[in-house]
Amino acid sequence: MEGRGSDSRRRAARVITITSGKGGVGKTTLVANLSVALAMQGQRVVAIDADVGLRNLDMMLGLENRVVYDLVDVIEERCRLRQALVRDKRLSELFLLPAAQTRDKSAVQPADMIRVCEELREQHDFILVDSPAGIEQGFRYAIAPAEEVLIVTNPEVAAVRDADRVIGLVEAEEKGPARLIVNRVRPDLVRRGEMLDISDVVELLAIDLVGIVPEDEAILVTTNRGQPLAFSSDSSQAGRAFHNIAQRLLGQDVPFITLREPGVFERIFRFMRSEGDGS
Amino acid sequence: MNPGTIAIKGIRQGLLVTLGEGEWGARLRALEAHLGANPSFFRGGRIALDVGSRELGHSQIEEGRALLERHQVELWAVVSTNPATETAARELGLVVDLGFSRLRESEDEAEGDEEPPVEGLVVRRTLRSGQSLRHPGHVVIIGDVHHGAEVVAGGNIVVWGRVRGVVHAGALGDEGAVICALDLAPTQLRIAGLIARSPEEQQGKPVPEMAVVQDGKIVAVS
Repeated sequence: MEGRGSDSRRRAARVITITSGKGGVGKTTLVANLSVALAMQGQRVVAIDADVGLRNLDMMLGLENRVVYDLVDVIEERCRLRQALVRDKRLSELFLLPAAQTRDKSAVQPADMIRVCEELREQHDFILVDSPAGIEQGFRYAIAPAEEVLIVTNPEVAAVRDADRVIGLVEAEEKGPARLIVNRVRPDLVRRGEMLDISDVVELLAIDLVGIVPEDEAILVTTNRGQPLAFSSDSSQAGRAFHNIAQRLLGQDVPFITLREPGVFERIFRFMRSEGDGS
Repeated sequence: MNPGTIAIKGIRQGLLVTLGEGEWGARLRALEAHLGANPSFFRGGRIALDVGSRELGHSQIEEGRALLERHQVELWAVVSTNPATETAARELGLVVDLGFSRLRESEDEAEGDEEPPVEGLVVRRTLRSGQSLRHPGHVVIIGDVHHGAEVVAGGNIVVWGRVRGVVHAGALGDEGAVICALDLAPTQLRIAGLIARSPEEQQGKPVPEMAVVQDGKIVAVS
């Protein structure tokens, strides 16, 4: 990857597609939090919800009730691109381009996404495209405008295999090298050998790692509330992980967090309490 | 080879078409004229395109593939001396090395059915899930074969790496074919018409192994 220009010479936005193959690995959550984290770093960010027909990003960003026009309206020229962008109420440089909920993936062609992103590039620093799950049309158009691709996976066999398939497709589209984010890691399960180790995942997929995000109950709570965890970066490991990814995308060298495993005493204590808390 | 001529010859895997010099679009139109002139000869066949030293991207190769498809001809390989073109073709799932491409300069261009010996195909990359490699001769892979990937060879298969997907050696019926790998733990392993699975529990440090047919069964020897 070539070096990016300095701040004095702002270049057009980087278009980054976030995809996974498998559904439910946390793509949309990641896009919501990463958008917030980048915007908090002073970047001008547009998050595009490319999951036409199953939109969620607006809800996770807490912007659901402000959506007027959507991506398909833009493509079918019922509105101008500017009109469809929803400005975040907390971060003035964060925008959402919502998906249409009443349509399906056939409403968008790869060329449409390229055109939309091209138009957005001048005014922003980052365009994050939240890809639908799967490898069909939705994935195809989501990947079309990408200059960089982030593959999200979970440390479980099915998710890793799907990620492998998607990496192959991304490489074939000449969008690579894709980079990896391992989401929903549970250190306790890894330690017991019931979940793949991060190093196993990286070895299996053989691409560069840009982020490790631990499983965190707070994510569920905050996304349901439309207030992504990244807004309060210090309170949780997951929140910090999102900010670390943002910083790495900005070219900073941030060490990977060592996931907080319960210490020996804590483990014994937990053991004595038995499986009380179910975590 | 004269610039501007399209040379067609028979090889074991089908037809090898050499496009000659000239602008890509124009050469494709010339190829289309050939296809149109002899429809029954081409229809249902598969073609390897020799594009010389041209640099072609995905879209240009796809353009050629689409053109052939309109004439019910499958494009399965692109031969080029240009590394960028080779990479693009490979990424589109096309074979890029017929094993004898270096010899072609000395051969006459003719519509015949000469059969150069099918040689080995060396692939220096990892095959990911969903990717498939087919070759009538031997296959050497320097890289891994992931779960969900597939290698089918007429001859032997040698993998300098891990095998997790499906590998099929001797696919044209040769029970004497073997499969070797540094770490052989495929989902399924086939030699000629025989099928075997890896043992369920895979423990300890992997050792290089070779799968062969003995007494009508596939066995692994280390």
